Amino acid sequence: MSMPVLSVRNIEKSFGGIRAVNGVSFDVHKGEILGLIGPNGSGKSTLFNCILGQLPPDGGDVSVNGRNVSGMRASDLNRLGVGRTFQQLSVFPKMSVLDNIILAGQEHHGSMLSRLFGPGDAGLTAEAEKLIAFFRLSHLRDTLAGSLSYGQQKLVDAAMAFMAGPSLVLLDEPAGGVNLTMLAGLKERLTAYNAEHGTTFVVIEHNMEFVMSLCTRIIVLSEGSIIAEGTPDEIRANQAVIDAYLGG
Amino acid sequence: MNVRMRTLSILGLVALAIAAPIGQGNYIIYVLTSWLVFAIAAMGLNLTLGYAGQISLAQAAFMAIGAYVTSLLTLAGWHWILAMPLALLACFVVGLLLGYPALRVKGHFLAFVTLAFNTLVFLVLRNEDWLTGGSYGLVGMPRPDFGLFSTMKQLHFYYFTLGVTVLAALAMWGIVRSPWGRAFKALRENPIRAESLGVDTRRITLLAFAIGSAYGGLAGALVAPLVQFIEPGSFGVAHSLRILLMVVVGGSGYFFGPFLGAAVVILLPEVLRFAEGYYLIIYSALVIVMLVFVPSGLIGVWGRLHEKFWPRHEIRADLKEGAGLK
Repeated sequence: MSMPVLSVRNIEKSFGGIRAVNGVSFDVHKGEILGLIGPNGSGKSTLFNCILGQLPPDGGDVSVNGRNVSGMRASDLNRLGVGRTFQQLSVFPKMSVLDNIILAGQEHHGSMLSRLFGPGDAGLTAEAEKLIAFFRLSHLRDTLAGSLSYGQQKLVDAAMAFMAGPSLVLLDEPAGGVNLTMLAGLKERLTAYNAEHGTTFVVIEHNMEFVMSLCTRIIVLSEGSIIAEGTPDEIRANQAVIDAYLGG
Repeated sequence: MNVRMRTLSILGLVALAIAAPIGQGNYIIYVLTSWLVFAIAAMGLNLTLGYAGQISLAQAAFMAIGAYVTSLLTLAGWHWILAMPLALLACFVVGLLLGYPALRVKGHFLAFVTLAFNTLVFLVLRNEDWLTGGSYGLVGMPRPDFGLFSTMKQLHFYYFTLGVTVLAALAMWGIVRSPWGRAFKALRENPIRAESLGVDTRRITLLAFAIGSAYGGLAGALVAPLVQFIEPGSFGVAHSLRILLMVVVGGSGYFFGPFLGAAVVILLPEVLRFAEGYYLIIYSALVIVMLVFVPSGLIGVWGRLHEKFWPRHEIRADLKEGAGLK
């Protein structure tokens, strides 16, 4: 089998006496859409933050495309081809949609000095417009991101994660607060992007219908440990998962 | 405002600045020159605070460093045009160092760090009299002479300062319109998100301080030949607060904010002199009223008037085409 895009080995993280993540290991391969689910407090977000360098894990290693990235800063991780979205809205509200998208790509183009003396858009307007069109936001190109609806800001947020052409994107609750019509569109766009570019996704999500229809494989966390792993159909039928969600 | 209107407005303002001192006495020209000098200092603080969101109460300290470096060098026989870049470099380096605490502390804590730095600079200037002249300061700095154009006359020095201000403003325009400017704004609005998009927030924070400080240094390099006398009291914490007031009153994070803010803080007290003993009361009341009703600064007044008299008649962008994704 080919080298995994993301390899997580024995990640551990405790807060005081509470063990939030308890020796979690898994691999994600190129083009996969992996779902990470679990009841509230199961350690999903902590694991995400450990993978992305926002929290230092107490133990374990994270590798991206074979390179150990444990403890790496988020900006360096992004330059290695890792994009992400946040659970909360994370657009830049006083910038236009176009500027939000250009910002997401500009640090990958040229040197620090060329970004000062070169063109204001870092030569990225055409590329950004293409991505904006892909997410069907062209009519909002020049609108301040902060004046968009919640769902549209979620879309801008997602689009930003793709601007630098990442090999791996981690999406933290992309469906949260998004209405049903937009949700279907979001899923369709993510699936299309995955098919077009072969980008690998890891998705944390509470919306079961969304995650079951989007993901090719699902890992279930409970109390910081993996309790099940498999296809959406296997997870649906797994008694341990049903018990964890129903508190059985 | 479209590009044509904006260009015409800028040309109109420059023409006004060229015409303003004609026929005026030396004192008025001195006040107008002070406005330009403080506008440069405020432009720098506007980058650090308005664009990058890093609070600094030390801009007067950088004016001091710029003024003292320029004074010492010009008194030693250097031409201003050679002394000024060294003053800028000194401020850039010191600003870079002052930026390091900003990597660890934010908000009020950072404000106090920079305030302490301003006090430190003040004390060094006052106590190290072997170099700085102590409380007596330095006197007799020559004004730059460019052969065919000497700045010895007050009017000539005004036009020289105006030229420097235009160049400084053009450089600032280039910075804020470049990808650096976008990164500064991202740092202000959401540093964690910016970092996750590859923006090196540590480097950008340091640069915001260093460039803002260099503008303070440039203002200081102009104060020395303008007043031809400098002493530590001219660069205390109160002066940093005045520059902060200029940025806030003009419109923090707006390009033209510092020019308007400096005009209010420097020129308004002169306009109110007819009120004699009451002028400070009227001035303070006007500033309070302005900040209460237009917290986005004077630039915000223009936005409000524009919206009132020339509303865009636009429906909310998010309702224009429904949810977008269907």
